Amino acid sequence: MNDTNEMVLEFESKSLNESFARTVVAAFATQLDPTIEELADIKTAVSEAVTNSIIHGYVDCVGTIRIKCTISGQELTVEVQDKGVGIEDISKAMEPLYTTRPELERSGMGFSFMEAFMDELQVESVVGSGTTVRMKKTVGKVNSMREYGQVSSKKAL
Amino acid sequence: MEIALGGIDHMKDPKKLSKFINSSREEGAIYEIKDRCLVVKLNGELDHHNAIKIRETADKLIERNHIKHIIFDFSGADFMDSAGIGVIMGRYKKVIFIGGKAAVANVNSSVDRIFRLSGLYKIIEKFDTVEAALKNLQKA
Repeated sequence: MNDTNEMVLEFESKSLNESFARTVVAAFATQLDPTIEELADIKTAVSEAVTNSIIHGYVDCVGTIRIKCTISGQELTVEVQDKGVGIEDISKAMEPLYTTRPELERSGMGFSFMEAFMDELQVESVVGSGTTVRMKKTVGKVNSMREYGQVSSKKAL
Repeated sequence: MEIALGGIDHMKDPKKLSKFINSSREEGAIYEIKDRCLVVKLNGELDHHNAIKIRETADKLIERNHIKHIIFDFSGADFMDSAGIGVIMGRYKKVIFIGGKAAVANVNSSVDRIFRLSGLYKIIEKFDTVEAALKNLQKA
């Protein structure tokens, strides 16, 4: 059975596109038959990642943000990539309440929300060449069964 | 529902007033003032994009109308991310400065989870309805 699917979305780093990006990803995820809560989680996580690219990655300019979504079984992988300034200290950036843009009233909760609302979060960044945020979440009907499977396979590793 | 937005110059002209309310709608929120309490009824999605406009309009209203308390009504909001936390915290900091309070009302389950996760309820009270929030804030 073919249970994989993929899509790529590219758009300009304008705040207007935050809503567009999370809506597209949520629409793509609907084929996994997610609960309303799971959809809300995905939308929030995507929104955080895209907003970060817009206000931190492309600080004073407009660049291209690329989102790649992959579905494998019941697992959704979302990759949000920018070719912006990059993050110097990733672990610092991921600390709750840490923000470099307090003047924008950024709460410093972006990465915390991505971590809380998705199952897995990976951040890769090179200063001067950009950041990729990769998030995974198992969604849909067989969620609980799959989760048990994953937990046991993780333990086995 | 009474819209008492006295104190702002362009509110005195009915034409400009309707224009203002319309533009407020486009901005993702409707604003109402009741006895020095600003009620911000959020519409649609509270993300970084909409947060910028809501912040500007709310701050103008707070300054020009001697606002003491602020209530965020989430009955029309179906999405929020961390930008929403920033908007609420920012306005909270303004009103506590003059001894006021901030509250949220009509919070749905996904917004509620975000508030719980961020620890917002430690400083901002949640009410079932705007009326309940108004009653509580104004007796204080």
